[in-house]
Amino acid sequence: MRLIFLTLLALAIATIVGLGLTWTTATRGTDLGTLTIGAWTARPRTGTSEIDPYARASIARSGELPIGTGDGVTFTATTDDKKKPLDGRCDVVVSGVTPAARFWTLSLYDTKGRLVPNTLQRYGFTSQEVVRNADGAFEIRIAARSRAGNWLPTSALERYVLMLRLYDTPVGVATRTQKDAPMPAIATVSCP
Amino acid sequence: MIRLLFAIIGGVVLGGIVHLVSVLALPRIATQDAYSRLASVTKENAVTALPQTEPANALLPFMDPAFAMAVCRYDLSKGPIKLTVPVSQSYTSVSFYTRSDVAYYAINDRSAGRRVIELDLMTEAQHEALPEEEDVTSADRLIIDSPTPTGLIVLKALAAEPGLMIQAQASLAASNCRVQTDPPAAPVKGKR
Repeated sequence: MRLIFLTLLALAIATIVGLGLTWTTATRGTDLGTLTIGAWTARPRTGTSEIDPYARASIARSGELPIGTGDGVTFTATTDDKKKPLDGRCDVVVSGVTPAARFWTLSLYDTKGRLVPNTLQRYGFTSQEVVRNADGAFEIRIAARSRAGNWLPTSALERYVLMLRLYDTPVGVATRTQKDAPMPAIATVSCP
Repeated sequence: MIRLLFAIIGGVVLGGIVHLVSVLALPRIATQDAYSRLASVTKENAVTALPQTEPANALLPFMDPAFAMAVCRYDLSKGPIKLTVPVSQSYTSVSFYTRSDVAYYAINDRSAGRRVIELDLMTEAQHEALPEEEDVTSADRLIIDSPTPTGLIVLKALAAEPGLMIQAQASLAASNCRVQTDPPAAPVKGKR
C-alpha cells in the first residue's frame, strides 16, 4: 500500500516538474544563444539549422516562422531600458540609430503576436518611411493618442511587444555588443 | 521517511527526463505550427500569395506587416523544384523551411545578384543522382539541398511605404515554383 502511494507520488512529481518546465521554456523562452542589447533581445541562431531544441519547441508552439539568417534578424523588446514593461497607455519614445542594414522595420504587436488595430492602419515604420533628424537619428513616439512626428498608435493596449527587424545586415551570430549593433533607446516618458 | 525522500528525488529526476523528451517531441506533435497553419491555405508545389498582414487576419503570429508574402509548399517526392522569383524594387528574399519550421537557407536579392532569383531545390538523393558534368558546367545554377522531402519556401517583397504594397504583391505574383518538367537528363544507370 505504502509502495503504491510512493510510486504514485514520484510519478505525479515527475509529471508536474517535467511538463511544467517544458511549458515554461516553450512559452517564455530560454537564454540559450540570446543576444541582448539594451532592452532588445535577438536569437540569431533561430534562423539557422543550428537552432536549439528549446527555440524549436517554442516556435512549434507559437506557430511563427523565424527569419532566416541570410534574410535578416529580429530584435524583440517587451520592456523599456529601465526594465519597465511597455505600457500602451504611456508615451514611449524609441530613439537613436539602428545597426547597419539595407532596410529595417519596427512593428508593434500584442503579446500573442497580432497587430493592434487602429484607425490610421499604421502598424509600424520602415526605415524608408520614418522621419529623421538632420544627423540621421530618428525618434518614434509610441502612444495611445496622436503625437507629432513619427507616431505609432497603441490603441491603449496594456502590454505590447516591439519588433525591430533588420534586413540584409551583418548583425547575426557573431554580434556580441552594442558597439557592433547600436540599437535605439527605449524610454517611457510619461504615463497618465 | 527515507522512502518518501527517495520518491521525491526519483520524481524530480524522472521529471527531468519527461521534460527533455517532451521538448524534443514538441515540434513533432505540434498541430498549430506554421507549416500546419499554412498547409490548409496553400497549394502544393505552386506559389500561393498570402493575404496582407492585418489585425483581422493573422495567419501566423509576428508577421512583418511591411512585407508582401507568398508561400510555395513543396513536396520533392515528385521530383526537384524549380523556383524563379523576380526581384522587386526595394527588397526581395526567399527563405526555405523544413517540415518542422527550421529555416535552413535564406537568400536575398543582393546576394542572388540578378534581376531574377533562380534556384533548384532537391533532396540530397536527387542531387547525388544528377549527372556530374551537368553539375559542373552550370556553375551559375544555384542548387539547394532540402533536409526534408517536404517544407515551405517563403517569398517576401518589401513595401517600403504602404503605397508600394500593390507593386510588391505584383512582383511576387510573377514568381514561379513548380516541379521540373524537363527530363532529368538520362538517368545514369548503375551509378548510385
